[in-house]
Amino acid sequence: MLQITGLTHSYADGHLALDGLDLTVPDGELVSIVGPSGCGKSTLLRCTAGLIRPTGGRLTLNGAPIGGVPDDLAVVFQDYSRSLFPWLTVRDNVALPLRRRGKSRAERRAAAQEALESVGLPDAGRKYPWQLSGGMQQRVSIARALAYRPSLMLMDEPFGSVDAQTREDLEDLVLQVHRNEKMTILLVTHDIDESVYVGDRVVVLNRSPARVHADLPVSLPAVRDQIGTRSDPEFVRLRAEVGRLVRGGAKVAGAAPADADRGT
Amino acid sequence: MTHESAPPRGLSRPGKWARGAAGVAILFLASEILGRAGVVDRSYLPPASSITARAFELAGDPDFLFNVRVTLTAWALGLLIATAIAVPLGLLFGSVPAVNTAVRAIVEFLRPIPSVALIPLAALLLGSGLKMEVPLVVYASSWPILFNTVYGLDDVDPTAKDTLRSFGFSRFQVLLRVSLPSAAPFIATGVRLAASIALILAVGTEILSGFGDGLGMFIAQAGNVPGGTLDVLAGTVWAGCLGLLIDMLLGQGENRVFRWHKAQRSGAS
Repeated sequence: MLQITGLTHSYADGHLALDGLDLTVPDGELVSIVGPSGCGKSTLLRCTAGLIRPTGGRLTLNGAPIGGVPDDLAVVFQDYSRSLFPWLTVRDNVALPLRRRGKSRAERRAAAQEALESVGLPDAGRKYPWQLSGGMQQRVSIARALAYRPSLMLMDEPFGSVDAQTREDLEDLVLQVHRNEKMTILLVTHDIDESVYVGDRVVVLNRSPARVHADLPVSLPAVRDQIGTRSDPEFVRLRAEVGRLVRGGAKVAGAAPADADRGT
Repeated sequence: MTHESAPPRGLSRPGKWARGAAGVAILFLASEILGRAGVVDRSYLPPASSITARAFELAGDPDFLFNVRVTLTAWALGLLIATAIAVPLGLLFGSVPAVNTAVRAIVEFLRPIPSVALIPLAALLLGSGLKMEVPLVVYASSWPILFNTVYGLDDVDPTAKDTLRSFGFSRFQVLLRVSLPSAAPFIATGVRLAASIALILAVGTEILSGFGDGLGMFIAQAGNVPGGTLDVLAGTVWAGCLGLLIDMLLGQGENRVFRWHKAQRSGAS
């Protein structure tokens, strides 16, 4: 379980990105985080990953305070081409973090191959990342996170740099991973439809400095599909509601305005 | 979007070779004509064919080969030591900003001193032979390696570093597993530049030091003998050929080892 209380962070230049943010994510939940662009979503994620030390507040993962980078966590970055190491093969990219797990070379390779199979890339291991398409590269990043077997996976706008079709495939991949591995996932996105489609819960952040503006449960069936789910009345209602909230609408759920459609 | 094929740029490989060969041929002919026509004194500038013939002759001369070996030993030893010193120093300067600012003044003072100007000092302190040649080669060839290492570290993608850090790797591990490989193509270019400088210093030191062995010594001594111009020029041709060969080999090695770097760059642009 991830617990965030009163998280506050201001950068050295005085910019206040987070202001007393509270969030609790129980084990096995997939929480989407949406908010206007530049609202501090990435700062929240980087604090959770231990990459920056927040100036105030408390973070605990499974009861242990997050001081440095937690052992049990993996991050999938938006920019897959910069996050994958071009001098390593796909398999070695996936296997590299497992050195931290004290596994032998053979074990690392086997785990990498298994993870690559689970993201639908059983034959890509010997290739280099730059020989793959963008969508495949992001699959490799996800495989790398999976192979590490974290209890918490953080995804920072993971599908922001791929085309629409690939995006849908990757959303379904995340849902499948979430179901199969029972992994806790925190997914930051600026796409309102996406936040509802993949989330068990949608957390809407305020305009900067970020605080939790609204926290909506998503009561859609666990098994979702791109065509059916997106035409489900509950999906349509939620996406309108989230859209209204992202645009700064009041927290009290009223009749969603007709124009609350897609985010910026 | 695949990054597999980069559009061909400039000339094809045979085209480059053809142009290079044409340039050499024209220079060769010009010197041949000048020499044979008597426009310049033969003892001053022998025709290119005589120089080439003498150069081939020298390739079979054990004395000359011994001298070449001495120079190459100093060159290789110097370059190796320079790399072993400059890369770790560069990693330190490039990853600890405080150290970088502290040594900047020293570096900026030392760098403009032409290495050749240190030859008399080195001769005075270190005597002759390898033990004075190698330190000079090390000194001169360390700079490009040092600067390219620092520059390469500057260029490392923060996302790549964050990625490994988010998997709990320490700063030192990230330096070794991300920053060093990322900077490796820059470091290799630095080593290639240093290789040329090292050869200049090795030959130059031998020429100026006055006694000992080496290709530079051979050239310097030939210059003191009447009619030695042919040997001076043939030796110089060999020095040039060595430089060209070294640069070509290192360049090809870079292309092979850092194929990912080129692919990455062409994909990103």
